[in-house]
Formats: sequence, C-alpha cells, structure tokens
Amino acid sequence: MDKNIKLPETEEGTVLFKTDPIIIKHHYEVDYLHSYAQDSPFFAGLANRKLLGSRCGACAITYATPRGHCMECGGATEWVELPQSGRVHTYTTCHFGGEAFLKETPFTLVLVEFDGVDTLFLSRLLGAEGDEVSIGMPVRARFLRNSKFKATDVYFVPA
Amino acid sequence: MRPVYMIAGGITKFAKALPEKDFRLMVKEAFDYALADVPALRRQDIDGSVCSYFSDHFTRQLMAGAMVQDYLGLNPKPSRRIEGGGATGGLCFQSGWEAVASGRMEVSLALGFETMSRVNTWKGNEFIALASDTNFDYPVGGFYTGYYAMMVRRHMHEFGTTVEQMARVAVKNHVNALHNPYAQRPGRLTIEDVRSSPMVATPLTILDCCQMSDGAAVAILVSEEMAQKLGVQPVRITGVGCGTDAMRMADRPHGKVPLLPHENEADYADLKYPGVHSFRGGRTAAALAYRMAGIADPGRDLDFVELHDAYTSSEIQTYEDLGLCRYGEGGSFVDSGAPFLSNLDYGLEFAADGRWPRLPVNPSGGLLACGHPVGATGLMQAVFAFWQLQGTIARHLGDPTLQLPDPKRGLIHSHAGTGTYVTVSILERG
Repeated sequence: MDKNIKLPETEEGTVLFKTDPIIIKHHYEVDYLHSYAQDSPFFAGLANRKLLGSRCGACAITYATPRGHCMECGGATEWVELPQSGRVHTYTTCHFGGEAFLKETPFTLVLVEFDGVDTLFLSRLLGAEGDEVSIGMPVRARFLRNSKFKATDVYFVPA
Repeated sequence: MRPVYMIAGGITKFAKALPEKDFRLMVKEAFDYALADVPALRRQDIDGSVCSYFSDHFTRQLMAGAMVQDYLGLNPKPSRRIEGGGATGGLCFQSGWEAVASGRMEVSLALGFETMSRVNTWKGNEFIALASDTNFDYPVGGFYTGYYAMMVRRHMHEFGTTVEQMARVAVKNHVNALHNPYAQRPGRLTIEDVRSSPMVATPLTILDCCQMSDGAAVAILVSEEMAQKLGVQPVRITGVGCGTDAMRMADRPHGKVPLLPHENEADYADLKYPGVHSFRGGRTAAALAYRMAGIADPGRDLDFVELHDAYTSSEIQTYEDLGLCRYGEGGSFVDSGAPFLSNLDYGLEFAADGRWPRLPVNPSGGLLACGHPVGATGLMQAVFAFWQLQGTIARHLGDPTLQLPDPKRGLIHSHAGTGTYVTVSILERG
C-alpha cells in the first residue's frame, strides 16, 4: 500500500465559458470505420469515372443511386451505368451549412435528371453561379482524378 | 381500440438557449404545469410515459429519457423512447395514444424535449443533416435547408409559387406569435423584411426558416373512464395517421396521387407525383387520419391546423398534402388569406378568392415563430390544439387574441426529413 499516492497534476484546464450556471466546453471526436457495404461498387465506379445506378428487373425502375434491392418490390437490382449527361431538375445555392461544409460556402446543389432513369441524382454544380443556373439546363459529370471514395468524387458542370 | 382523450398539456418557453435548466428540469416544468391543470389527477394515476427527443448528440447523453423518468418520480413505471427525426413529437403523441387505445394504460404521459443550444448553430445543422443519407446526401450537401430549397425551387417551377407567397407565411406565423408568450421569435414582419434578411439557401432566407431551440412539452392522455372521473374538459383524439417516404428525396419514383375523399383523379391528370415538390408521406398520414375521424373535406371539416412549418415553403407544400387546397394551389391559398386569423392585422392585402373558407393555420405561430426544439415540437402542437379546443387559450397564454370563437376540430401535423416520416392527428372537442 502507498498511503501518499496522488493523482498527477496537469496543466490542461477546463475551458470555462461562464458561471451561474457553469458552462464548460467539452470536446468530443470519434473515428468511424464506415463501410459502404453493398453500395461499394458505386464508389469504386466513381474512381473509374463511371456513374453506376440500379435497375430492378421485375419493376423496370431504374434508380439513379445504388440500391441493392428495389424500393417498390424488394427484388434484387442490377448495376447499370448511368449517362454522364443530364439536366438540372432543381437547384439551390447554399450560403450557410453544417459545420463541415461552412468553409465551402457558397456552393450549389443540383438534382440531376437523366434520360431513361426514373429517379434523380444529388450532386454539386460548379461553373455556374446564381442566375446562370436554371431548371432544364444541360449538365455533365466530372470526376476527381484522385478518388476520395466519397459521393463528391463526382460533380457536375454546365454541358 | 377504445376512445382516447387528452386532458392536460404543458410547455416551457421555447428559447434560443435555456442554459439554467437541463432537459430534465424543462420537462419537469411542463409536467408540473399540466398536472396542476387537473387537480384530481394524482401522480400515481399515471401508468407510464413515452419520451420524445430527436438526437443524443444534442445532449451528449444516451438514454436521456430514463433520466427524465426518474427526475419526474415515475420509476418504476413503464417508459420508452420514441425517435423519428422532426416527427419525433408527433410519433410520441401517437404512441401515447396507442398505449391508452389498446387498453394497456389508463393514463399515459407523452413528454418531449430538445436542448439544441448545447452546440453552435452550424454544428446543430450538421447533427440534423446526419438524419439524411450519410453515404450520398450528407457528404454532398450536409444541410437540410439546402434540401428544402431545392424542393421549393421545383414547386415554384411546377406551380408558379412565388417567394412573396412564402414570405406571407412568415408574416402570418410571426404576427400570430406576438400573442403567444411561449414563442421564441414573435415579430411584426413585412414581406420585404423576409426577402431582405440573410439568404441561407436560395430562395430561402433566414426568416423563411425555423430556429433551433431549447424547450419541452408534455401531453397527458387518458381513457374515457378516466376523463369522466377527472371532471375536466377533455379533448378527444379521433384520428391518427402516419406516412413515410424514401429517406432520399432524389429516390422518389413517380406514381398516382393518393386521393382524399373530396378529390378526383382528373384533378391531378398531369401531375408527376410525389416529385420533390410534394410529400407523399404527409398525404398518406392525412388520408389515414381523415378516414378514422370521418373527415370528408378537410378544408371545411377542420376549424384550425397546427402544421410543421419548418420552412415557409414546407407550410405551402403541406397545405396541399393535407388537402386544404389542391396540389399547386398552395401559393394562391396564402394569397387568399384563408390560413390567416380573421381578428389580426397582418399589414397584408388578400386576393378576393372565394375558393376556400377561412381555416387558420398555425395560430400558435408554428415552428417558424415558436422555434423547433425537435422532440418537444409535435407535443407543443398538441398542447396548443388542446387549449384551443378547450377554449382556454386566454388562461394559458394570458391573452385571448389567438382563441378561435368556437373550434370543434383541429389537426396537428409532425414531419421528419424531407417528408420521410409524417404524422397527422385529429383532436375534437368533448
């Protein structure tokens, strides 16, 4: 036994914002081991400059996003390559955002519609500002040369 | 199922930040208020609770509902947590209804809170955006206002809706809230004020968007026998409905509009539905609730609506989903003055349009002016609807202005994601 044992004193202190009530700052962060699981081929496709959607053989619905199983009938889907040109279905320019994206503002979001595809594709639009964007405007996909394996590996520009 | 009644409600002031209280004390305040309103109801009569809060991130506390349960002195009675994004409060209310309707409980307490001030606004936006698909939506946009801005841009394209019509919604709800001391951001606004306020995501300005809040609300639901025994003015819950849609708005393939009793297929012959301009989940929730409550024409059969106006645009979209007007007519519905209170001066002129009878929407001020502490919001609507139908607005708000003269039937509506979960509940007097 050691009756004189002490907790070590440290230099780091609490970040105190105010008293009454006491408000302290508490930092928290975590690393997730996030798996794309059955959606992985989509992200591998982006790295190879391909845009992969999903088609249900039974329903004949073609989704502009990876869906391993059909939202209508639950059947397994097949991968299909989407066109790399489409049109702006709708858009917005974000002047504010979640913390992770604040430094990127303003940025423009678009939902892209493709011929022969039943649903839309969310992406960033570059190269057109504010009034230069319009519904129906032709756009085409561009890809990052060095993939980050994120949905932002693809973005759209005016066609 | 057996009849279920609401017999009491309580809310705290909704505020940008309430740092002097944690979530347990906020709920306790709302709970004590509700209990005090029904002197014959003893705490031991409560059979159990359902707790509503959206995000563990905001409290940095998991199982916060368990902490509320012990703080209120309700251990060891049954309790559980309900979570469903922005619709958490509405789902909680319906879960409390189920406990009584099923016969499992005689008295069920639905309670909810959110303490969003515990992080900065931009971090809060990030937490909320984690309730969008984190593979494909969050990394691209990470921002719900952006999603709704895209939706209304398409609504404007399809139907000719204008930013001025959206601004009228903001004027209405903020002016209503001038008479609601529980509201976070009452104000006498003009259309110009709304349009000249800072742009968040085109075309939505900051006054087109609700605010993050701290706050709590509770509703006490009971069986018919208990309602009679307690000798209060109970309000009956006559309809509940819930609908869903794809988490990703981009994923919604087109189909036919599910018709409400007063609509025809020809009304929507050329409409691609749901599109990103409409909420199929909201319409489904409404259809189910209307069927249960025997509502044939909501615009005429309802006396008021408290709907989930997280954005001015979504209030307009929701008029259409609820069948208050047809799809595409939401902007004209606002221009006609139909959703405004008749006894208030909004500084606006209304179009002479006899298509719709007056049907006040968000007399409380809604989310736009009351704030949106997510887990409390759907229950706050229940409390205002209850007071409205009880005729006790003056007593609870200290101001009779928002009291409708003779309301018999009201609707509350709670909405998550981009229409991913939606609830509609119908409350009726006596």
